[in-house]
Amino acid sequence: MENLKQILADALNAVAASETESALDDVRVHYLGKKGALTALLKQLGNVSAEDRPKFGQLVNEAKGQVQEKITERKGKLAKAALDAKLATETIDISLSGKGQEIGGLHPVTRTMERIENFFRGIGFDVAAGPEIEDDYHNFEALNIPAHHPARAMQDTFYFNPTTVLRTHTSPVQVRTMEKSQPPIRIICPGRVYRCDSDQTHTPMFHQVEGLLIDENISFADLKGILQQFLNVFFEDDLKVRFRPSYFPFTEPSIEVDIMRTNSKGEESWLEVLGCGMVHPKVLEMSGIDSEKYTGFAFGMGVERFAMLRYKVDDLRMFFENDLRFLKQFK
Amino acid sequence: MKISENWLREWVNPNISSDDLVAQITLAGLEVDEVLPVAAEFSGVVVGEIISAEPHPNADKLQVCQVTDGTEQFQVVCGAPNARAGIKIPFAKIGAVLGADFKIKKAKLRQVESFGMLCSASELGVSEDNDGIMELPLSAPTGEDFRAFLGLDDQIIDVDLTPNRSDCLSLAGLAREVGVLNKADVTPVEVTAAEVSIDDTFSVRVEAADACPRYLGRVIRGVNVAAQTPLWMTEKLRRSGVRSIDPIVDITNYVMLELGQPMHAFDLSQLSQSVVVRMAQKDEKIVLLDGQEISLREDTLVIADEKAPLAIAGVMGGEGSGVNAETQDIFLESAFFTPLALAGKARSYGLHTDSSHRFERGVDASLQEKAIERATALVLEIAGGQVGPIVREEAEASLPEAAVVTLRRKKLDQYLAISIDKDLVTDILTRLGLEMLEVTDEAWTTKAPSHRFDIAIEADLIEEVARIYGYDNLPSSMPQAAVNFTPQSESKTPIQALRSVLVAQGYQEAITYSFIDPVLSKQFLPDIEPVPLANPISADMGVMRPSLVPGLVKAYLHNQNRQQSRVRLFETGRRFIGTVEALDELDQQQQISGLIAGSRDSEAWYHNSDKVDFYDLKAHVDALFDLNDGNKPTYERSKCEFLHPGRSADVFVDGEFVGMLGELHPQLSKTLGANQPLYVFDIALAAVIDAKLPEYKAISKFPEVRRDLALLVDRSVPVADLEKVITECAGDAFKEVLVFDVYQGQGIDDTKKSVALGLTWQHPSHTLSDEEVNNSVETIVAALAEKLGAVVRG
Repeated sequence: MENLKQILADALNAVAASETESALDDVRVHYLGKKGALTALLKQLGNVSAEDRPKFGQLVNEAKGQVQEKITERKGKLAKAALDAKLATETIDISLSGKGQEIGGLHPVTRTMERIENFFRGIGFDVAAGPEIEDDYHNFEALNIPAHHPARAMQDTFYFNPTTVLRTHTSPVQVRTMEKSQPPIRIICPGRVYRCDSDQTHTPMFHQVEGLLIDENISFADLKGILQQFLNVFFEDDLKVRFRPSYFPFTEPSIEVDIMRTNSKGEESWLEVLGCGMVHPKVLEMSGIDSEKYTGFAFGMGVERFAMLRYKVDDLRMFFENDLRFLKQFK
Repeated sequence: MKISENWLREWVNPNISSDDLVAQITLAGLEVDEVLPVAAEFSGVVVGEIISAEPHPNADKLQVCQVTDGTEQFQVVCGAPNARAGIKIPFAKIGAVLGADFKIKKAKLRQVESFGMLCSASELGVSEDNDGIMELPLSAPTGEDFRAFLGLDDQIIDVDLTPNRSDCLSLAGLAREVGVLNKADVTPVEVTAAEVSIDDTFSVRVEAADACPRYLGRVIRGVNVAAQTPLWMTEKLRRSGVRSIDPIVDITNYVMLELGQPMHAFDLSQLSQSVVVRMAQKDEKIVLLDGQEISLREDTLVIADEKAPLAIAGVMGGEGSGVNAETQDIFLESAFFTPLALAGKARSYGLHTDSSHRFERGVDASLQEKAIERATALVLEIAGGQVGPIVREEAEASLPEAAVVTLRRKKLDQYLAISIDKDLVTDILTRLGLEMLEVTDEAWTTKAPSHRFDIAIEADLIEEVARIYGYDNLPSSMPQAAVNFTPQSESKTPIQALRSVLVAQGYQEAITYSFIDPVLSKQFLPDIEPVPLANPISADMGVMRPSLVPGLVKAYLHNQNRQQSRVRLFETGRRFIGTVEALDELDQQQQISGLIAGSRDSEAWYHNSDKVDFYDLKAHVDALFDLNDGNKPTYERSKCEFLHPGRSADVFVDGEFVGMLGELHPQLSKTLGANQPLYVFDIALAAVIDAKLPEYKAISKFPEVRRDLALLVDRSVPVADLEKVITECAGDAFKEVLVFDVYQGQGIDDTKKSVALGLTWQHPSHTLSDEEVNNSVETIVAALAEKLGAVVRG
């Protein structure tokens, strides 16, 4: 018995002292192998009194089990340590950049235009497009701007010949839509427009998103509501907005919409951001829509202006220089 | 239009502050652009009188003046050559402050003491005029505070009027509007008919009554054009941005500003026989007041005499017939020209005048007599003279008729989504000058006043009610509509997704102008005549782009010049191909185009400085087509002039040309100054938008078998041909072929290339045997040898 205790203690010490898997295996063979010390004790069972024999056998088997358990445990620890050591040698600098293509980005005008489009799609507007080289009828006449109307001077027009122009607004797309469909009409028309004007605050090409909603019982209140909400969601702010009478030949009443801006000094001022109005009955009639039955509103906004306000761009001309140092800031 | 607030308040003086007045006008639809002070900031300046002016003992250009402020006398040294005894001048006394902080102190100029300063108009900010000291009328009360004397505690309100509101292009019109907004009384200037003192008339013949339905004229003899225009008038003119010329011209300008009627005064001695209002003859010449000679067109209304045109009607007078220093007798004109007759005419001659601005937009057709009487009274008051009777030519039928417009309660309520009290509506319309012909619970039948010729339909009245009621006071709501799905085809790829493909490949989106330099256009596409603009903003933006590529290359060069060597740009937009003669057949196709140059990846630590090449570009183009498995492009060697002939491809879909890609022609690249190869693509957007609805096919449970083939073939044989032959004869179980190596050079014949291909088979219903696959390979090898001369490398 004393002998068993001693052997067990030695075996456990040997297991704990093993630093490699092979050393551990040696320990296993030495104590648990066919010729191992504990196995040998079992072979001596015959020398034990019949009375003590079962007890002794049980003790030896327990000792064997205990040693085996410790070996397994030790083995696991050694394997983990070995793996840890191996992985440690594989350490890399995770602060270095990833490999491959870096992402590009959308132009801020497109980004803004898509944002505007998404808001209106979300409330059931379709997106419509049309030609940029337009005839005089769709760009002017059908919008209640006859030849030599003083309002033509409001928009300096690029001409190809006396009856063909670069569209000065995306309104001709609205006309084309009205010509081929009946209310309810809910569209927005984003796109390039052109005016013969170039200075600090004007580029000869810019972008507009115009909208048109025609249905029964559409009122001035609907126009106010939709634009007020749009401005709030676009700028993610509870803006102070005012609606100011204005004049466009294709709407009556006509409205300009101002928002209140606060500059860095805390001074407030109104800034015009939108033109809109109730569609002029003549415009409806010219495109084959019954102006007694239907009313509607139209609105238009300059995308660059929205982008400038949103992203704090202070020079309009940057939008068309396509300088990568500018473009890469919008992602 | 610029107008003095004080002048406005002479007519209508609501009890509101200046700021509130400005806000009120703006919110009524007469947008105030800016509000400016009428003079610089200053204080301590009084009306002074020079008693004597003696030469300065020690300076040639200075004078020593004795100046009185009415109670005390001061010695002032002054450098102005016009300083002389007897004149009255603005005198800044010791302690006066000019501008923000220029304080007048006692000074010594070349040993002579000076107590104050005599001021020029520009020093006080009342004129640009810097010609010596400002001379005041001798009637100016010596000693009076100069600001009070000129009424300088005033501001200029600059109203940006919309084209429909020409009724407000006058003090009278603005006053009327302010009166309406404030329910305030308006005191117009009193106009009485002048006493006719001579019988002289001058005959007037109107040959174009449609264009000129009313022409009033009057002879005034013996006017003194040398008379001084009174300061009150020149100041009002100045505050409206009009320079004083001579009393007669000043008066016609003044009446225009005050009442809104543009007028003209002729020198009677220069008129021959009679005034004729007629259309111009073709190429008739006239020298205008501004000195330029104009060749007239037949669509232009002129005021002529029996010999020649004297003025372009309603636009500008002629040089020879206008009032000048020698003028003694004048012929005053006050006419109504129809807006349509004048619309666009001034502009067509490159002219724009205060007169044309008003006539084009419309002048109150009932105003002419009042205006000529007002002008006559002012002429008599200022320049004297003998007044003849008014000569009058009128064509009643051609004069505008006041519109009768009915406003229905139902429409008003529907438009504004509110029911405004009947009495309030009646009140608003009445205040605006509309005559109530009939008012019921259902409708208002009204007649518009002559100055509101813009009111023609019901919507105009709705607008007027809304405007005066206040847009901000009207309700706001969200529109109610039946919900409806918007169809969205899954067989079309949204453009946003295509943009994202390129963005993921590192492209930045560019937006370039749709018009480009015709020279650049020719450099890229010598055979295409680009569509020219008739009035380009500049020569280098003269034609519509026939391709997006030139613009992208220019954008590249912009960046190259800013040390950006790795560039990836794309753009979507229209290109324009056609002729001016057939613009309705113009091709305005939407394109998607891109440009890459420089290293494949950004320069980084993992040694990846390889430059992009044709195949990078091709992968990007393929990605656009592959995104939604739509059209299958095929590539053929390109014939595009601006691409490298050996490194470019035309893209076809179902045999139809849809675009091209490749390296920019090295010669063009060099000419333009690019310092590395540029790779560009230009594809019809429609070709990549087509998508295919995915359809599931069962996945085989049986293993794939792969065999590799290394082939030696003539360099001229496209690898695509090898793939085609293989695909054709590899059997039903054939799955795909991939190219994993292409080599030419050392070790093989220099007319040959080595191509390594991986072939994969997989059968849907059984495991392929070696024998089956080997048979296929044998068939393939035989076919390749026969059709393309390819041999298997040993």
